[in-house]
Order: sequence, then structure tokens, then C-alpha cells
Amino acid sequence: MKDANKKQSRFNSKKELTAWALMAPALFFMLIFTVYPIFRSCYLSLTKYQLGMAEPEFIGLKNYVTLFKNPLFYKIMKNTIVFGLMTVIPSMASGLGLALLVNRKTKGVGFMRTAYFYPVVMPMIAVASVWMFIYMAKNGLFDQLLITFGLKPMNVLSNKKTVLPAMAVMYVWKEAGYLMIFFLSGLQNISEDVMEAATLDGAKPFTLFRKIILPLLGPTFLFVSTIAFTNCFKLVDHVVIMTEGAPNNASTMLLYYIYQQGFTNFNYGLSSALTVIMLALLLVVSLPRFISQDKKIHYN
Amino acid sequence: MDVKKIKNGLLTFISIMIGILWLTPLVWLIGTAFSEPSFRMSFFPNTRFTFQNIKYVWNAIPFAQYYINTLTIVAVTFCIQFVTSTLAAYALAVLDFRGKTLVFAVIFMQIIIPNDVLITPNFMTLSELGLVDTKIGIMLPFLGSALAIFLLRQVFKGIPRALSEAAMIDGASIWQTIWRVYMPCAKSAYVSFAVISVSYHWNNYLWPLIVTNSPQNRTLTVGLAIFAKSKEANMQWANVCAATFIIILPLLIAFFIMQKQFMNSFVSAGIKE
Amino acid sequence: MKKMKRIASLITAGVIVSGLLSACQPKETQPTAAAPASEAAAQQTTAPAAGDALKLTFYYPVNVGGSAAQIIDQICADFTAENPDIVVEPVYTGNYDDTVTKIQTAISGGNPPDVFISLATQRFTMASTGMAMPLDALIAADGEEGKAYIADFLEGFMEDSYVDGQIYSIPFQRSTMVLYYNKDAFAEAGLDPEKPPTTWDELVAYGTALTNDDRTGVGIALNSGSAQWAFTGFALQNSVDGINLMSDDGKQVYFNTPENVEALQFWLDLQNKYKIMAEGIVQWTDLPTQFLAGEVAMIYHTTGNMANININAEFEFGTAFLPGSKRVAAPTGGGNFYISSGISDERVQAAWKFIKFATNTENAAKWSLDTGYVATRYSCFETDTIKNYYAEVPQAKVAFDQLPYAKPELTTYNAAEIWRILNDNIQAAVVGDATAEEALNNAQAEAEAVLAEYQ
Repeated sequence: MKDANKKQSRFNSKKELTAWALMAPALFFMLIFTVYPIFRSCYLSLTKYQLGMAEPEFIGLKNYVTLFKNPLFYKIMKNTIVFGLMTVIPSMASGLGLALLVNRKTKGVGFMRTAYFYPVVMPMIAVASVWMFIYMAKNGLFDQLLITFGLKPMNVLSNKKTVLPAMAVMYVWKEAGYLMIFFLSGLQNISEDVMEAATLDGAKPFTLFRKIILPLLGPTFLFVSTIAFTNCFKLVDHVVIMTEGAPNNASTMLLYYIYQQGFTNFNYGLSSALTVIMLALLLVVSLPRFISQDKKIHYN
Repeated sequence: MDVKKIKNGLLTFISIMIGILWLTPLVWLIGTAFSEPSFRMSFFPNTRFTFQNIKYVWNAIPFAQYYINTLTIVAVTFCIQFVTSTLAAYALAVLDFRGKTLVFAVIFMQIIIPNDVLITPNFMTLSELGLVDTKIGIMLPFLGSALAIFLLRQVFKGIPRALSEAAMIDGASIWQTIWRVYMPCAKSAYVSFAVISVSYHWNNYLWPLIVTNSPQNRTLTVGLAIFAKSKEANMQWANVCAATFIIILPLLIAFFIMQKQFMNSFVSAGIKE
Repeated sequence: MKKMKRIASLITAGVIVSGLLSACQPKETQPTAAAPASEAAAQQTTAPAAGDALKLTFYYPVNVGGSAAQIIDQICADFTAENPDIVVEPVYTGNYDDTVTKIQTAISGGNPPDVFISLATQRFTMASTGMAMPLDALIAADGEEGKAYIADFLEGFMEDSYVDGQIYSIPFQRSTMVLYYNKDAFAEAGLDPEKPPTTWDELVAYGTALTNDDRTGVGIALNSGSAQWAFTGFALQNSVDGINLMSDDGKQVYFNTPENVEALQFWLDLQNKYKIMAEGIVQWTDLPTQFLAGEVAMIYHTTGNMANININAEFEFGTAFLPGSKRVAAPTGGGNFYISSGISDERVQAAWKFIKFATNTENAAKWSLDTGYVATRYSCFETDTIKNYYAEVPQAKVAFDQLPYAKPELTTYNAAEIWRILNDNIQAAVVGDATAEEALNNAQAEAEAVLAEYQ
């Protein structure tokens, strides 16, 4: 791709060459480690390729057929999408809520910002370990709280109905601070004058929020939503540490399954087929943004 | 006025309550890290304050090595990203060339696809290059950062052409223009991206796990996970917490000290469209 | 401003350059280090002449830090002291699963470890993928000594080393499952602390007596990798003629025999019918903690935890055979030494020497003492080390006494996937998603699909 374009640009001004030269280093890495693997996955997904085999063996769509015939596959896809739904809206809402709370000039705002943001700098492994304690049966913090209020302790990680929501809570706790930052920047870019003018005009806070803040946050929203959507699919560390997919794969999500097929079962063909499916999913989720981004590029 | 005060007070109260809620896991972590290891779990430390966990864990895990590895990876990755993205962002923001859309497509692809998804093929590439179990192997996929390019391009686009044209008239080459005109304006974007990059790579787990075999190249997160997941041993919470504490401490300190700068930089970088 | 920029750029350049230099340096070219790289503080060792010594990489999975890693270091150091031309570099690679992953990635990186420890159950995979090499030639080259060496290993453990009649591994850290029970709790519940339950019925009776608001009678772990181990025990106790869950050649599984369904049902009954076991999934690593905290009176766990429980128990504890049904039986587990294939002959010879050293009578005895793993060789039990150990900690002897009744855990081709299948289905039954029969039928079908290509 790059080469073909380069040949064409030789006919044009030196400027084009310069542009490509400047782009080259970054492009080099992105082509090798993002674009090429996508194509390679597509190819390998059509092969049988396992540990111990010297060469992959072309088998057409058999991997996909195996997947689509396996009820576990549908369970995993359901888990992944359900988890996405359980986290995207709450994390965005929390992010926005937190941003609104700290977008004021009161004392202690620094403390609060730190308190909300710090989970972001904790490694997922640490987060998973801590929350594993919180959710531990009977002795964990959560069950202890239930007992204090006279309720029966729930072994949340053992119950297929509660395991995903439990992980979602943990995830929102971690991500909200990250999304808060972006919302905060968006909020603070809404000029003070606009806010003051609206308030002076007698706008009530809720109206203020709906008619002024939300629309002006539009671009931020789009940006944050893309991050939120794609980030929630990439969670695998916590599954590895906390549940290993238990109970009976109720908490197995697509990326964890990809990792399992690739690095525990060493079935690269199947793992690649799953990767292709995941890529398709990501594309679908990100398409709205791409389209609007595309429009903006052309209008720029 | 009174209503406003009450409202403010209420909001502040709520924020602080939420803040405390958010801090709960951290409080437990620190408490347990410094309590005597016991199989009686509780939220508030119920034993004496002790350093023994920290000491035990410091000796059991080669933190020094892991720290050096992680710091190296984080620092070098960011520096290289800094260079490659600045150049690319400049080209995309200022210059005109055919195939721009194609480049945007590539950038878009990298933004929406987390690296962990491509872990299998990337690992294969790495082993074909013979770079398994090296620090540079861990860094390679990230050296061209679409996110950085994206952020920088936004900033660069905002810089009036007049400035760069003036520089050109003064006889500056492209490099000098970039160096003197564009980069200084993007300082806050660089800081924002630094925060994202550093915390991502500091906490990256799956990819370094796959890539490294030996302690010489292992990172902090992988070391912690290996420690925490060991099967034959008890789940020694006190030790795991102590180890976790050692790992997150520098980031927390850095964050506390520089939080105002971080926040401000995010704000001024702004997510404009 | 200019100065700052210059400094900034110099620093950046410096970081990049030094980073690249340090990052690119492959392990091998670093100067020969005397101390092996390991998790625990390295013991001092005698330094061989730099550059002359052959360096072997040795991947091992054990519990972290503590005495186990230090013993490994000591063994390696002692070996080098006796064989100054070979330096063994032990690398701790996580738990068993992580270690297999690491070995695989090392192989694809073109840099396999010379010798490694992996689950005995991995041997079919090791053989069929060519990750490890058969050892028969090496044993034969040792003539009579070689034969005696192999014969000295306990059959229960050595059985686990054969693939198609060839020996692929040497037993090292082997364990078996035993019943740990809280003697103080027994006394409290009016049971005789010296008489642990020996049959399933007794288990239920004792469990019922022991269960109260603060404590459950029985605990069995259920996370991935543990469920199938415990289930092997139940299956062996109940099966016709004591057949195992799989065939000896690793190509067939027998999950859904009526007897196995009974066995799984018994497990479920402990939880659902008799209510003497906590509901849901208990982590393998949490179970001993619960036992020590007095929350569970009897647990099914590995003898490898003996040292830990012995040190930490604040009450009198005992160990016993797993309660039997048609017979007494237990699963064995643990890791063996393997030698990677594809390494030079010189390395193979050196690795073989190291394995023989690490598994010699004295070292095997010491290893057992410090970890709770069962000593692997008959001669170990003649040593003072073991004799004194059993005198001091009689609970440890139970594992040895149970060995004649022990059989290997689930071992097949594609072991990891088959384990996962069985584990997931047992979990499904335990959390109530399937009946015992459905779960095992499902497991059988899924497993047969995976093993189809090996028939």
C-alpha cells in the first residue's frame, strides 16, 4: 500500500515525499503491528494451525463452523455484549457525574479528583486482587457488609447471575475516573461566559444541563463513548486473575477465550478465527464515530 | 444565597462520600499490606502494624529488576512515541499529500483495536523476528502510536499557518519549524499523552506476560501476577497486598505530586473536534 | 528556553539510546554470572571459570519465595559445586499453567529451556508436539545403574512417565490428595479425633455432626484445575475395577460411566442434600485458609500443603486417607522433570546429569521434607531425614501410606483442553446448571470431539 503511493508521489512535489518521510517511522510500526496482524489473523482463521505443526493447513471456513456449532461460543458472545452494555453507560454516566462534581471551585476538589482518578493508575492485577478480596465468600468486604445489614452473604463470584454485574462494578470503579478526565476537559472548555449568560437568563440547573452543557459536550461524548466501548472489550486480566471464566464460563469473555485458545490450548487457527470475529465487533461498534470523523475531515 | 450555600455544601458532602467510597479498596490494600499475615480476613487491620510483609515480599520478588525493566520500557517507549508521532502528526496536520485517507484509516484501525486483541499474530511476528523475551519486543507494537498522532494533530491543526510561514520565510527548515513553532504549542498534549502512555505501559499485563520468560525482562505487573497466582501456596493476602503496594506506590506519588499539571494539561489539550 | 529544549532533547536521546542498548541485549551475551537468576535471595555459590561452563536453563513452577525456591537454588548450586563445568540457571516461571505457556513461547522464540518441570499429565502433549524428548536412551546408557535408578521410583509416580512405552519424564515434586481434618473440632462435636471417616457414609455422618453456623463439615475446591483432581479421587473410589477416568494411552476418556455419575452425585449431595459443604465455587488457594480459620472442619487438599498447615494451624489437625466407597483410592499429581528436544547432545547429557542429581535419594528426601511433597523414591524412606520427619510430623506419613492406592490424575492428549472441559462441566453441576448425568454426558461428548483426531 505504502509503496504504491510512494511511487505515485515521486511524480509530485518534493513535499509529498517529505510528508511520507515524516510519516514513515510511525507508519512502519503501525503497519507491522496493527495492519499486518489483522490480515494474518484473517488468513490463519482459515487454517488449522496448532502447537507442534510446522505449517498451517488450509481448511477454509471450518474453524468458523466449529465455533458457530459450539454453544459455548454464543454464551461467550452474550457475556461480552452484556458486559459491554453493563459498563459503557454506567461508566460514562459516572464519568460525567464525577466531572460535574469536581468542576467547581470548592476546597478539597483536588482531593476528590485524586480519589476518583487513582484507580486508573493501578495495574489491573492489583485491582483484580483487591476486588477478589472484596467479593470473597463470607469473609470478603461485600459479604461482610451484607451480614452487617442482616442479609445473607452472597458468593457473588460463584453465581452465574451475579458474576458479570460484580465485575462490571469493579470495571466502572476503575474506568469512571479515566472518563471523568475527558469530560472535565470538555466541561472546562465550555466558556464561562456562556454558562454565566445562561444562568443570568434564569435557566434552572437542569435546563442548563440539558440545553447548554450536553450539546456542547457532543464531540467529547463521541470521543469518550468510543473509548468506553472499545475499552470494555479489551478486559482480560481480571478474568484471568479472578474467575478464570467460572462458574462454567459465565464470566468468560471474548478476549479471554481468544487468549485461552491461543496460549493454553495452542490452537492458533481457532484463536485467529475468534480474533477476526472480535475485530468485526469492534468495527461495528466504532463505525458511527468513524463516519462522523470522516465528515469532519472532509469539511476541515 | 443561602440556598446556594446549602446546595454547594450538599454537593461537596456527596463528592466527599463518593471519594471515600472510591478510596475504600485502597485503604484496605494499604491496611492489609502492613498488618500481620493472618487467615482471619477483615477490613480494618486487626493486628499490629508491621513491615514484615514488605520485607518478605521485597526479598521474595526481585523488585529492583522488575522496576528497572518497567521503567526502561515505559521511558523508552514514550520517547520513541514522542518522536514518531510528532513527525507524523505534523505531516498529517500541515502537509498535503495523496493517500491521506488511507493513513487515517490505518490510524483509526489502531485506535479502535486494543493491542491485546492482536496478541496472537503479534507474538508470532515477534518470534519470527527472534525478539521474544526482550524488552524491545515488549515495546515494538506501541512505537507508532495512533492516539498520540491523533492528539498532536489536533493541536498542530490549531496553530495558525501564519506562524509556520513566517518561520519558513526566515529560512527555517521543516525540522526547525517543527521544533520551534509546533512542539512548544503542544506541550500540554504531550503531557496528556505521557500520562496515558505511562499508565498504560506501567500496568500492561497480558502482552509482557506472553513476551517475557525470564526475570531479566519481566515487568512489575507480570511479577505481581505470578506471585499472586501461585497455586501451591496459600493466598497470602498480606503479601500480595504488600507487593501490590510496592508496585503502585511510585505512580500514586507521582500522581499526587503532579495531579494539578495532569488535570490542567488534559483540560487545555481539550478534545476538540 | 533554548537551553531547556536542548537538555530535554539530550535526555530523550540518551534515554532512547540507553534503553535500546539495554533492551536489545539478549540474555546469553551477558557475562557468566555466578549466582543463578531466581526469585529468592540467591545463595552464594562458587563461581566457575567464566565462559568455560555450560549454562543450562531450568524452568520450574513452585510456590513462590519461601523455602521451595531457595531449595531449588541450593540444589542448583550444589550441583555446580560437584560439576563445575555445568551451571544450572533456575528460572521461576509461575504456576503450572504459566510454565507451560512460558515453555511454549520459549520454544517459538528459538530458545527452549534445556530442562524444565511440568505436570506429569502433560506428557502426551510433550511427546506429540515434540517439546520433550524420550529418556530411554539415556537410561540405557547408564546400564545397570540406570535400571536401578528407575526401579527405585515409587510405581504410583513412575507410571505417569510413559508414552507408548517410552519414558518421557522423571518424577520430582509429586503429591497426592489427602483429607485434612480438625481434631479439636472433632472433639467438640463428640467425634473421636483419632478416628477420621473412612467411607463415604462416614464422611456424611461426620460432616453432619461437624456442621454448624460457624463451620461447614467438608470443603472441596472447584476452580479450574482443582475440580478434576478431586473428581478423579471420587471416581476411582467408586468405579468398576478401579478404572480411571481415561485409558492408559491417553486417547480415551470414560467420564460418563454410571459409577462416575454416582460419584459426581455424591459430591453434589454433600452440598445440596446433606448441606455439609459450602455452596458454590471455592478457590483452591482459599481452602487451606478456611481450614486454618476453623471455618471448614475437613478439607480435600494436596499433601503439598502439609508444611504450611503444620506451621500455621492453631489447633490439632490430622490427615487421613480420602474416604472410600467401593475401595480406598486417591489421585496423584504434581510435576516431573523433562528434557527439551532439539538441544545439543552436550546439553542433553548435562541436563540428564542434573536431573539425576536433583532426584538422588538425599535431595529427594530433603525436598519432601521442606515442601510436603511425597518423596519419590523407595530409598528416601530409609533415610534418617524422612524417618525423623515422619516421627515429628506423623500426619505427613499418611500420604505415603496412601500411595499404593493412588492412581494418576486425568492425563490425555490435549490435556489442558480436556481438563477445562471436565472442570467446566463439574462447575455447571455444582452451581446447578446441569444434573450430574447431564454434566458428565456433556463432558464426554466434548472430550471425544477433541480427542477424535488422535484415534
